[in-house]
Amino acid sequence: MLYINGLRAAIDGREILKGINLTVPTGEVHAIMGPNGSGKSTLSYVLSGREDYAVTAGTVTLDGRDLLAMEPEARAAAGVFLAFQYPVELPGVGNANFLRTALNAIRRTRGESELDAVQFLKLARAAAKRLSMPDDMLKRNVNVGFSGGEKKRNEILQMAVLKPKLAVLDETDSGLDIDALRIVADGVNAQRGPDFSALVITHYQRLLDYIVPDRVHVLMDGRIVRSGGPELAHELEASGYAGLAEAA
Amino acid sequence: MAVDTDTLETVQSVAGTGYKWGFETDIEMDLAPKGLSEDTIRLISARKGEPEWLLAWRLKAYASWLAMGEEPSWARVEHAPIDYQDLHYYAAPKKKPGLKSLDEVDPELLRTYEKLGIPLRERAVLAGVEQAPANGRADIAIDAVFDSVSVATTFRETLSKSGVIFCPISEAVRDHPDLVRRYLGSVVPAGDNFFAALNSAVFTDGSFVFIPKGVRCPMELSTYFRINARNTGQFERTLIIVEEGSYVSYLEGCTAPMRDENQLHAAVVELVALDDAQIKYSTVQNWYPGDAEGRGGIYNFVTKRGACRGARSKISWTQVETGSAITWKYPSCILQGDDSVGEFYSVAVTTNRQQADTGTKMIHIGKNTKSTIVSKGISAGRSNNTYRGLVKILPKAAGARNHTQCDSLLIGDRCGAHTVPYIESRNPTAKVEHEATTSKIAEDQLFYCRSRGLTEEDAVNLIVNGFCKEVLQELPMEFAVEAQKLLAVSLEGSVG
Repeated sequence: MLYINGLRAAIDGREILKGINLTVPTGEVHAIMGPNGSGKSTLSYVLSGREDYAVTAGTVTLDGRDLLAMEPEARAAAGVFLAFQYPVELPGVGNANFLRTALNAIRRTRGESELDAVQFLKLARAAAKRLSMPDDMLKRNVNVGFSGGEKKRNEILQMAVLKPKLAVLDETDSGLDIDALRIVADGVNAQRGPDFSALVITHYQRLLDYIVPDRVHVLMDGRIVRSGGPELAHELEASGYAGLAEAA
Repeated sequence: MAVDTDTLETVQSVAGTGYKWGFETDIEMDLAPKGLSEDTIRLISARKGEPEWLLAWRLKAYASWLAMGEEPSWARVEHAPIDYQDLHYYAAPKKKPGLKSLDEVDPELLRTYEKLGIPLRERAVLAGVEQAPANGRADIAIDAVFDSVSVATTFRETLSKSGVIFCPISEAVRDHPDLVRRYLGSVVPAGDNFFAALNSAVFTDGSFVFIPKGVRCPMELSTYFRINARNTGQFERTLIIVEEGSYVSYLEGCTAPMRDENQLHAAVVELVALDDAQIKYSTVQNWYPGDAEGRGGIYNFVTKRGACRGARSKISWTQVETGSAITWKYPSCILQGDDSVGEFYSVAVTTNRQQADTGTKMIHIGKNTKSTIVSKGISAGRSNNTYRGLVKILPKAAGARNHTQCDSLLIGDRCGAHTVPYIESRNPTAKVEHEATTSKIAEDQLFYCRSRGLTEEDAVNLIVNGFCKEVLQELPMEFAVEAQKLLAVSLEGSVG
């Protein structure tokens, strides 16, 4: 279970998150919606441990473990995965090599045995196939020369291989056409189960037609101003964030 | 393979942090008195039992060195003046080298090389005495140069069956004088430059390779250079001759003890490729780089040049330079034969206060000659890393081609990367291309890797290895593995 209590965070001395309270029980998928600048991406970076953000108050635990005390790589080993809004290019680093290094680093930290190249490729190819990704995507350099849609699918592939307990998807739908959106959503839905939870951060309701959330939270000006079931997303689509701001 | 990874790790654990090859071997040495004069040169020549012509050649080189007077100043490196009279120009382990078998080598020396991960023994695989290497790697013949002398050369008998000569150059002077006399100084003349002239005057040992016509050398040849003695200069000389249609792959590795004072290493390497011959020359240079404040370390002032004399010949230089306080070196190709090919693949890493000014020269003389330059410079700490290269197309080199790619990677914000390409084309049909990039390891890249579970150091390694991939893949496989590890060790702690 992800438990966020009174979380405040700032960047360059400017407070972005102003006291977030949120609980995501294991096995559930929650959506975070909100207008630009409401703190959605900040929340995802703070959860995954980006150093530029200073946490000024509050606690975050995943299954009782204090995430804020951990380095980003320790959080990954603890089961946190961030699907980046803008996946980063790593020239000269093969996608398969990158992913195997990551998986083995996580397995090592957890005291599990490392996978050799053959075992890994079998696993990665199967995952790629489920995401309708051609095999050669594994051979290419990480995100180099990938289209926007390929980058997002590559994030989901990484998620499928690393099998996190908690996935944070930061505007994974941005820049995707409807087919890519469906593939990405299928990839996320395939992970759903009693041991997986996700925080789906999005600007639009569209993605939530494909990944139907258990709960929807609205983030505005660094606070969660409303929470509800999947119908809240539709309501927002109709009334917009402005209407909500007045109500709040 | 030169360095066995298990042994390498043992050495690393022995030496503690930082430079892992910095131990010193306690062995009785035969040292020439400090100072450089004609007498010193006569002494070296006498110790080696050299013929008169070679002594005369040395003395002529010494005269031109004296006439030059001072070190070249055009490189982007700085150092206190070197006192050439305060060095020993000859240092040899007391037990006499030039041995018939490895059994006669001083056990202390064998242990030194074992500790460095260079086992100086010929695995008796055929006789079934030892098991074949688990990873199926091929045997490599090794010439081990310790300070001023070669202490052992392995697999010589196996090689001689195919007509290959692989021996210390001092021995070649004795046993193959005609070959040495014909080619020595034919690529790098004795008066070529300040350090080459110094080397020609006082060179002590190095490797000699001769591959006769139509022979593909049956194994990789390698030389391992070790500086051990204090206050000595190492001046080795390597000469590789590959006749028509032949091929050799040659590897070179180097280490030295950690010391507070600087030590001079001024080598000369000459390669000659005749018609259709190919030489692949790979270096992993890991001399002691000095400490974090720039105290100590090797001055690596080296002249390396290959002559593609024959038509369709090819010389390929691959270097991974991680060590030395200062590196000044430009492995070059003279593309004389028509359709000959020159290649230069380089990774140069500088950290702390290291300085590197390195690159290549490609001199196109023959028709349709081709050259490729791929240089990857990585700077960290407060180091300075310069690529300096010359592509020169002479009037007769119709259809000559060059492609140059220079990439620099910066780690941190106190280091420098510089690219100084010179292009001179005197033939209108020639094509010369130059591409250059400079990038920084971005916070984004590091965070991306860490969010996937990699530690910061693993992330840096991954990014650096990706950056160097085009060069590393040119190395023989086991050497590439070693080079990757070396990059990792060199950049330890450079981020954050």
